[in-house]
Amino acid sequence: MNQQTPIDIERSERTDKLQGMGCKRKRVEDIRFTQGKGNYVDDIKLPGMLFGDFVRSPHAHARIISIDTTRAKALPGVIAVLTAADLKPLGLHYMPTLAGDVQAVLAEEKVLFQNQEVAFVIAEDRYIAADAIELVDVVYDALPCIVDPYKSMSPDAPILREDIKDKMVGAHGPRKHPNHIFEWQIGDQKATDEVFSKADVTIKEMFVDHRTHPSPLETCQCIASMDKIKGELTLWGTFQAPHVIRTVVSLISGLPEHKIHVIAPDIGGGFGNKVGVYSGYVCSVVGSIVLGKPVKWVEDRMENLSTTSFARDYHMTTELAATNEGKILAMRVHVLADHGAFDACADPSKWPAGFMNICTGSYDIPVAHLSVDGVYTNKASGGVAYRCSFRVTEAVFAIERAVEVLAHKLGMDSAELRMKNFIKPEQFPYRAALGWEYDSGDYPTAMKKAMEAINYKQLRQEQAEKREAFRRGETREIMGIGISFFTEIVGAGPSKNCDILGVAMFDSAEIRIHPTGSIIARMGTKSQGQGHETTYAQIIATELGIPADDIMIEEGNTDTAPYGLGTYGSRSTPVAGAAIAVAARKIKAKAQMIAAHMLEVHEDDLEWDVDRFRVKGLPEKFKTMKEIAWSAYNSPPPNLEAGLEAVNYYEPPNMTYPFGAYFCVMDIDVDTGVAKTRRFYALDDCGTRINPMIIEGQVHGGLTEAFACAMGQEIRYDEMGNVMGASFMDFFLPTAVETPKWETDYTVTPSPHHPIGAKGVGESPHVGGVPCFSNAVNDAYAFLGAGNVQMPHHPWRLWELGESLGLYK
Amino acid sequence: MPKKQISLTVNGRLVEGLVEPRTLLIHFIREQLNLTGAHIGCDTGHCGACTVEMDNMSVKSCMTFALQADGSNITTIEGVANPDGTLSALQEGFRMMHGLQCGYCTPGMIMRAHRLLQENPNPTETEIRYGIAGNLCRCTGYVNIVKAIQYAAAKINGTAFPEAAE
Repeated sequence: MNQQTPIDIERSERTDKLQGMGCKRKRVEDIRFTQGKGNYVDDIKLPGMLFGDFVRSPHAHARIISIDTTRAKALPGVIAVLTAADLKPLGLHYMPTLAGDVQAVLAEEKVLFQNQEVAFVIAEDRYIAADAIELVDVVYDALPCIVDPYKSMSPDAPILREDIKDKMVGAHGPRKHPNHIFEWQIGDQKATDEVFSKADVTIKEMFVDHRTHPSPLETCQCIASMDKIKGELTLWGTFQAPHVIRTVVSLISGLPEHKIHVIAPDIGGGFGNKVGVYSGYVCSVVGSIVLGKPVKWVEDRMENLSTTSFARDYHMTTELAATNEGKILAMRVHVLADHGAFDACADPSKWPAGFMNICTGSYDIPVAHLSVDGVYTNKASGGVAYRCSFRVTEAVFAIERAVEVLAHKLGMDSAELRMKNFIKPEQFPYRAALGWEYDSGDYPTAMKKAMEAINYKQLRQEQAEKREAFRRGETREIMGIGISFFTEIVGAGPSKNCDILGVAMFDSAEIRIHPTGSIIARMGTKSQGQGHETTYAQIIATELGIPADDIMIEEGNTDTAPYGLGTYGSRSTPVAGAAIAVAARKIKAKAQMIAAHMLEVHEDDLEWDVDRFRVKGLPEKFKTMKEIAWSAYNSPPPNLEAGLEAVNYYEPPNMTYPFGAYFCVMDIDVDTGVAKTRRFYALDDCGTRINPMIIEGQVHGGLTEAFACAMGQEIRYDEMGNVMGASFMDFFLPTAVETPKWETDYTVTPSPHHPIGAKGVGESPHVGGVPCFSNAVNDAYAFLGAGNVQMPHHPWRLWELGESLGLYK
Repeated sequence: MPKKQISLTVNGRLVEGLVEPRTLLIHFIREQLNLTGAHIGCDTGHCGACTVEMDNMSVKSCMTFALQADGSNITTIEGVANPDGTLSALQEGFRMMHGLQCGYCTPGMIMRAHRLLQENPNPTETEIRYGIAGNLCRCTGYVNIVKAIQYAAAKINGTAFPEAAE
């Protein structure tokens, strides 16, 4: 190793002081959170504040015969009761969804899912509001309902959406049935069909990525406060995308956008749940506009799980064609997508099935075809990206399960099959059969590292021995090895194909250096636990040489932050992170001019050194960024404006494509169906790593949510459309006892088009984790002839599986 | 609804209040005392975000009526920092070990860990995991919460916690 010179040591001390990119900087946010001094929506108290609560439908599908609010209004403390009849004259009984549909704010003639909003009671406190909703008398006439999406388009199916029953062309093209929403196709069908007709081996399985819910610990909530004198509305809320909310509120309410102040304070987790616009927001706004008083709405847990934005419910018929040697030649997928009663998916406008066309995964598959049919059912609406980019968990689940099924059919090891079909490092940038251009990747290196770390060969040997022992009746425990090699697509996105309601999906940063050399910076994104206040400051620290501790990051106030599209789909680092770097570089360019003036040299004679510009060849002649900042305000060079600040609205040239190799080792007691995760190893490649501590934390959290989804979490409905288990009594959120221990690892393949090479990581572990767990369960039971075992793999289902396999005779 | 007078000690201070018999302790603490550290996450007692300490027991304050707390001694997250205002060993442990992300479960989690360490000053990892099983976290996957509690236990006991050095 080279001896460090005193200059090197001095420079590395200066670098360490910055707490910039790559260091495990402790979080700024934690100072307030550990002391109970966070500021979440429900913590906000305004003078004269009222509380709203919903009357909800007990039926999944019913005609509303009458709504009588007399008894509720007579209750002391009740201020108003809103119904669709009150909203209709304002044109607010329906609101537009992000997916080009409309959604009932309050049900007018019919209810279409259980717990749908029917009336909104506004009262002096939350207890009175809760009393009053019991006093609203609604008479329903129950109708037959549709729960199974495969029955939505039957000729005799009841028509659900009477409001659009004659509209045979929807936002995404022709509709084949009154309960059909869209058909979306991509790829070369003819060429794909041709390969399938001639292939040595084909597989076809239907994989269900079942309905679940993001379920952040803080539910959705808001406070609307209308100042009638000034004509201004302030809306505090749990908004992952506050600027979009402001635009939507302006479009819906008719209030001019500059008179709407949207503030997202601290948010208690989002995971996709807090992207959309919900009835509670609209009713609170209307209530406040009508009454001139602040109206607070706070969802309870049952409302959260059963109404605001489910995730998944994709039924994916997946086919692969391959040679006998295991080279995959083609992929064909049809998805039946259950969107519930309204199409309220939170996808970029042009993508009715999100980025499902990333389903060719990490493999070089020459030709593919994907079609998606979206249908209405009598379930809650949504279809949000639960800790993933748009429909990417679904896509990765389809390909990673399919590869396992193919390996089984070929009698090949599935790790070997993956290796054989990987997109090779030299093929990047790689144009996939379904259109995406992958920016960078080195899949074989990641896979080999993971296989060595987990000692793959030895595990397979142990499994073979255990299977023999099971067959001999010496054990009732079976062993599964789950593999998943995923490629995510995050950082939406380029304006040519990504917009929300017509607003291009750029993101933004504004950085302002004060005279004394400290910084305030604001972004268009909004942290919900990701730690932006910590990590964004690290990017700026490295770019500008100002210590991270001297940099304040602010998000969530639409009056002060530049317009941005918000935080979801792992887009903060790929888009806002890039905006920060670009804005910082604008400042640096100006700083260089100021430094040149101060040092009386030409700009080109200067070079950057950690936190200063120095004269080339004369390292003792320098000006620190702090000195330059003072000069920018005190004595700027002639012909240069005073001040030192910059704004950037970053238009990403491409998405980023994080990837990873995950392995799970599971032991299952076939008699109880209890599955124990012995090891879970996650190797992630998210490009440049900004804060390894936070990355590791994100991976832990995403894996835990993947574990939950794969192993138990589900929003189920009975045949009457009753939502089963919409509380934490039944909805599986793992505790510290069930949650496996996570092992993390990484490789680094920077994104070539991102200013700092970062790709985003928050969702990778969820996307890669779900198929990894499911593959482990499927692998465990494969030698018993189980075939395709559907999630969720909770003990009861696995016990049932054991029974169907005749294991208990 | 008729209201009843209650008096209790919260974070070492005597407080009085008028509450309905049905008023939940969490609402009394958050809305009358303006101590908003404890949160509401589930309404059914499963998530533990509302955990406070009452008479040397962890209680879920969304499952407790304010009336039940009459005459009791309560500590909330706002009352656990060191007397000089610095972070307590647990608060520091959560920060140093990255035992939180969105922060919503954190006050309840710290209050639960606080009681756990009173009762078992040197818990094993398994004891910690079982000890906090009444508190849900959606962000961290618990690995770092366990480490945070180990960090605090070591600091209080004056023993070494190797990962603290990282």
